[in-house]
Amino acid sequence: MLRHIISILIENESGALSRVAGLFSARGYNIESLTVAPTEDPSLSRMTILTSGSDEVLEQITKQLNKLVDVVKVVDLSEAAHVERELMLIKVRATGKDREEMKRMADIFRGRIIDVTESTYVIELTGASSKLDSFIAALDAGLILETVRTGVCGIGRGDRILKV
Amino acid sequence: MMISGAEIVIRCLQEEKVDCVFGYPGGSVLHIYDALFKQDQVKHILVRHEQAAVHAADAYSRSSQRVGVALVTSGPGVTNTVTGIATAYMDSIPMVVLTGQVPSFYIGQDAFQECDTVGITRPCVKHNFLVKDVKDLAITIKKAFHIASTGRPGPVVVDIPKDITAQMCEFDYPKTIQMRSYNPVVKGHLGQIKKAVQILQEAKRPIIYTGGGVILSDAAEQLTRLAHKLNFPVTNTLMGLGGYPATDKQFVGMLGMHGTFEANNAMHYADVILAIGARFDDRVIGNPEHFSEEKRRVIHIDIDPSSISKRVKVDVPIVGNVPDVLEEIMKLMDGGFKTDPELGNWWKQIDEWRGRESLRYKQSEHIMPQFVMEKLYEVTGGNAFVTSDVGQHQMFAAQYYKFDKPRRWINSGGLGTMGVGLPYGMGVLMANPDAQVACVTGEGSIQMCIQELSTCKQYGFPIKIINLNNGMLGMVRQWQEMFYSKRYSQSYVTSLPDFVKLAEAYGHVGMKIEKPEDVEPALRKAFTEHKNDLVFMDFIIDPGANVFPMVAAGKGLTEMILAEDL
Repeated sequence: MLRHIISILIENESGALSRVAGLFSARGYNIESLTVAPTEDPSLSRMTILTSGSDEVLEQITKQLNKLVDVVKVVDLSEAAHVERELMLIKVRATGKDREEMKRMADIFRGRIIDVTESTYVIELTGASSKLDSFIAALDAGLILETVRTGVCGIGRGDRILKV
Repeated sequence: MMISGAEIVIRCLQEEKVDCVFGYPGGSVLHIYDALFKQDQVKHILVRHEQAAVHAADAYSRSSQRVGVALVTSGPGVTNTVTGIATAYMDSIPMVVLTGQVPSFYIGQDAFQECDTVGITRPCVKHNFLVKDVKDLAITIKKAFHIASTGRPGPVVVDIPKDITAQMCEFDYPKTIQMRSYNPVVKGHLGQIKKAVQILQEAKRPIIYTGGGVILSDAAEQLTRLAHKLNFPVTNTLMGLGGYPATDKQFVGMLGMHGTFEANNAMHYADVILAIGARFDDRVIGNPEHFSEEKRRVIHIDIDPSSISKRVKVDVPIVGNVPDVLEEIMKLMDGGFKTDPELGNWWKQIDEWRGRESLRYKQSEHIMPQFVMEKLYEVTGGNAFVTSDVGQHQMFAAQYYKFDKPRRWINSGGLGTMGVGLPYGMGVLMANPDAQVACVTGEGSIQMCIQELSTCKQYGFPIKIINLNNGMLGMVRQWQEMFYSKRYSQSYVTSLPDFVKLAEAYGHVGMKIEKPEDVEPALRKAFTEHKNDLVFMDFIIDPGANVFPMVAAGKGLTEMILAEDL
């Protein structure tokens, strides 16, 4: 069960997202995260799906996605060199000695504090998903008030380009 | 010249050379029905339930090389079509379903007869559209026909809000269409085809296994030529019947859950499988673990890449249009192709399996359903279009009516939809007005769309209904007998109507046949004296008749229960 990042270029039509999401649920494929937004060409959206499965399942996922009429291109980014990033906003309790500790942790992970109140910080953190996981693991769970993550987005390295 | 959206819809149908649509009017499509009224190029068949409109359009496609069209109103009109759309989708039938929608400014407000058509139909269509601007109407309908009929075919729904059909617009119907997101591969990869030919040459125990893809791509002629050149045995799936002549000596019958002994054994023990337009589904290969116990090489030709290596690992995938790929194979074979000398032994083995006569059945004092099918075949000279419903009668028709031509066997293979038989007959007759049409059904299935007897009266569809009446849901009863210790839970159909009177009430001819010796005369009478009438033949059959051979669910393909074992 390997982790795969599937990138999709899809016509920016209403309902396009539900076609992809519906395909995954109907065929029992796993979605760990999904992000979608228009590209520089507003008629196209780029979708990134983090999924997992055996080679056979991944082959089917790619083929089934390609079969959707609105899908222009599909690529399994994790097949070759790529970079991936995820953004997290995490709200933590920041009082007493924890206040200094939180600041230090944010610095260590190269996060930025983007909202400050007397008792809370909101820390913005970007990186591979594993880095965000490590940050959460490094904090005292009782101090985490809220987390929100965008899900993974990724791009091929160098000449690997996904474009129409 | 500006014309209304409704007129655009009709003009599009005319441009697509659509000669008839099956439909049912309602609030949201009144403008379209008004435009339909003002012309006579596109005929309209008024069904009695929207489900039947879609089934009929589906059969129109199945029995011709054209695209069937259905037209229904919003809300319940649409929800009634869902079974029919899903049926067509599972069997990859090209079809365009035009649905009315509430005015666009009401969408999302729970308006009268509103439903989320695009949402409801999404999982069972090849594609669907909601038209939001009258300027997009013509191009959307063009796309719908293009998508439905190319690549792996399938149903396409176009949802049209009522206000769009009232708005005025210039009509311009594009001749061709380009879509950057939709370009099915049609030409097979030559390197792969070469590899396939090499493997065919080395095959010692080969089989050609073909499905609905051969019918849909009109490749029966190429398949027959190729099979004759190779002298390999051929088996068809339920959907593939007619793709290869059933009376040909290389034909080993249908395979799968109710396949012949020789077909299932040949498939299982083959060292090379040439799969063409088929998808190794669960009813075909039985238990996949059992199937994979034998070492073999698989060549798979299909227009849809996602059908390849889905359930069975394929060694040589060839994505492309079946007839073109088969022509390529034959071209390469002309450069000196020799089959393996061991092929003779393989045929000997197959003949030994054939010797089991797995389709033999015992006559009884009652009418045996198999006997009715054999007589139907004789009386119609094998030339009828046979539509069927779903259950034992469907399997008897598939096993005993020898289809020599494609597009003659019209049934719901994938979804297994009871009730399709009668509306299928209507669709066949609209596409083939002079055809002999037999609807093989049972007293359970026929009642699921019985209201269409009224449509048949209105348009004079002379369908011959062969009702194999055992007073039970036969296939359910068979499973309960074999796997549930004869606990016949809800499989009895009590209080059946008098079908003769029922047929007469609708203005048709009814017959009740209770003795084996009356079977043939009744059929002859129906197909000659009542050639132009719908005849409802209620055959009271042996209630204990079961379908054999049978591969029980979860069993391997060769682990068949044969009639002789019982």
